Amino acid sequence: MNSPAMPEKVTAVTPAKSGAFGLRHYLICLKGIVVRECLRFLHQRERFISSLVRPLVWLFIFAAGFRQVLGVSIIPPYKTYVLYEVYITPGLCGMILLFSGMQSSLSMVYDREMGNMRILLVSPFPRWYLLLSKMLAGVSVSITQVYAFLIVAWFWGVKAPPLGYLFVLPALFLSGMMLCALGMLLSSMIKQLENFAGIMNFVIFPGYFASPALYPLWRIQEASPLLYKLCLANPFTYAVELIRFAFYGQVDWVSLGVVAGCTLLFLGGAIIAYDPSRGLITRKQGAGGNG
Amino acid sequence: MQHAGTGKAGDEVAALDVAGVSHSYGPKRALNDVSFSIAPATFTALLGLNGAGKTTLFSLISHLYDTRRGSIRIFGHDVSRASGEALRRVGIVFQARTLDLDLSVYQNLSYHASLHGIGGHEARQRIEALIETVGMQGRLHDKARSLSGGQMRRIEIARALLHRPSLLLLDEATVGLDIQSRAGILATIRKLVETEGIGVLWATHLIDEVDDGDHVVVLRQGDLVAKGKVADVVKASGAGSIGEAFSRLSRSEAAGIAEISP
Repeated sequence: MNSPAMPEKVTAVTPAKSGAFGLRHYLICLKGIVVRECLRFLHQRERFISSLVRPLVWLFIFAAGFRQVLGVSIIPPYKTYVLYEVYITPGLCGMILLFSGMQSSLSMVYDREMGNMRILLVSPFPRWYLLLSKMLAGVSVSITQVYAFLIVAWFWGVKAPPLGYLFVLPALFLSGMMLCALGMLLSSMIKQLENFAGIMNFVIFPGYFASPALYPLWRIQEASPLLYKLCLANPFTYAVELIRFAFYGQVDWVSLGVVAGCTLLFLGGAIIAYDPSRGLITRKQGAGGNG
Repeated sequence: MQHAGTGKAGDEVAALDVAGVSHSYGPKRALNDVSFSIAPATFTALLGLNGAGKTTLFSLISHLYDTRRGSIRIFGHDVSRASGEALRRVGIVFQARTLDLDLSVYQNLSYHASLHGIGGHEARQRIEALIETVGMQGRLHDKARSLSGGQMRRIEIARALLHRPSLLLLDEATVGLDIQSRAGILATIRKLVETEGIGVLWATHLIDEVDDGDHVVVLRQGDLVAKGKVADVVKASGAGSIGEAFSRLSRSEAAGIAEISP
């Protein structure tokens, strides 16, 4: 410390005012959490680049190779045969949301280990609202990444109907919320950052591959009925289909229902897990200090 | 509830009232029936060796954990039942560093302000005033990562004051800092008590941070073993100084509570 001496002037610190928070205060809180998440994302350029490179590798390399091997017949929402690149684009959007949602949970584990999480949790706003805001912040970052990917894909010749880019936004939002909520729930169960590798192996990869992100479900059913059942039980399957249909201005109601239901389920679980009176955090952790 | 020392508060609402609080981590007991209170505008040192239960107590007061046995009130607001109202009145400096190192000082403070519903011009004004209070002018736009340990602590103190709390909790705020930094931070906090009437609970195991006029609460392995004004605790424990008293009270064979009646 350079200047240990007490400054002469001490700012007036008046007692806190009482009274409930109004809508304006809630919005300020939400904005603060979203801005922080965006700033963190901007400061971590590697995170942005890797989030973009991962789906682009699949699009440029994987899809180019497999388009000759994998034929995609005319299945809804497509009305004609489509290039394999076109088919996997919704799945790659889902991949970005999946990785970003898990990244968000990773950052929560990191924040908890580093102590930053405490600053969020001791806010006087309701815990559910703080977690919801955190999720919205995570989804905002995820959607930004998806649109960055879609721009590059457009230049690569993978184009959706122009209005599809608008229609897909609600689907991306809802799917992003579901995956962020899942990440948040998982983060409450992970005590240490090192355990996150397990999430990669047991959640991200199985979740991604056991879905119609890369191959249509009918092909999976032909290849392995068991895998097909697993795909049907996988919430990510419905996120991908919701996005796929939204690109063509259509709603896959089953997918919408499953994604909305899973979002509520995971969010509810995360709120309970982070609730001081019921949560897993209290039971699993010590005070974390020396005192 | 008797205040940690003076009992001068009389009928006024205690800044902090801890009543019969116990807490366990599974089978491991961390706090056992701890009761004390703090009057507004007083400096109370929470003394205890490592593992005494200080950080657990802070986690309960700040509602990171729920109080399952006993109750904690901040200016009359129960932390479990009215956590929002209680938390609005308390500023907290945790033992672990809680600044986001990738963000600037201003961004860190602005984030905290928003978590208390303070935004825009008002937030900026408060940040600029408090950064001066803690003697960190000119560092507002520096990355938190570039600050020294003592400077980070000062920023954390400024952050804890942003929403104008009436009670300030500091958990081993000077651990790992050099003597100058410790003295500076302690002086800042004491001045806030004196001039702004903030109640302070200062957790420490560094006995030289305690002044004769302070109140103390001493924990030992989760048990409250003494509470009161320094002079009274020293007298009750039969020691010659607070250092000696703390040493005696911290020994496991010491028994009973050196409780000082007002």
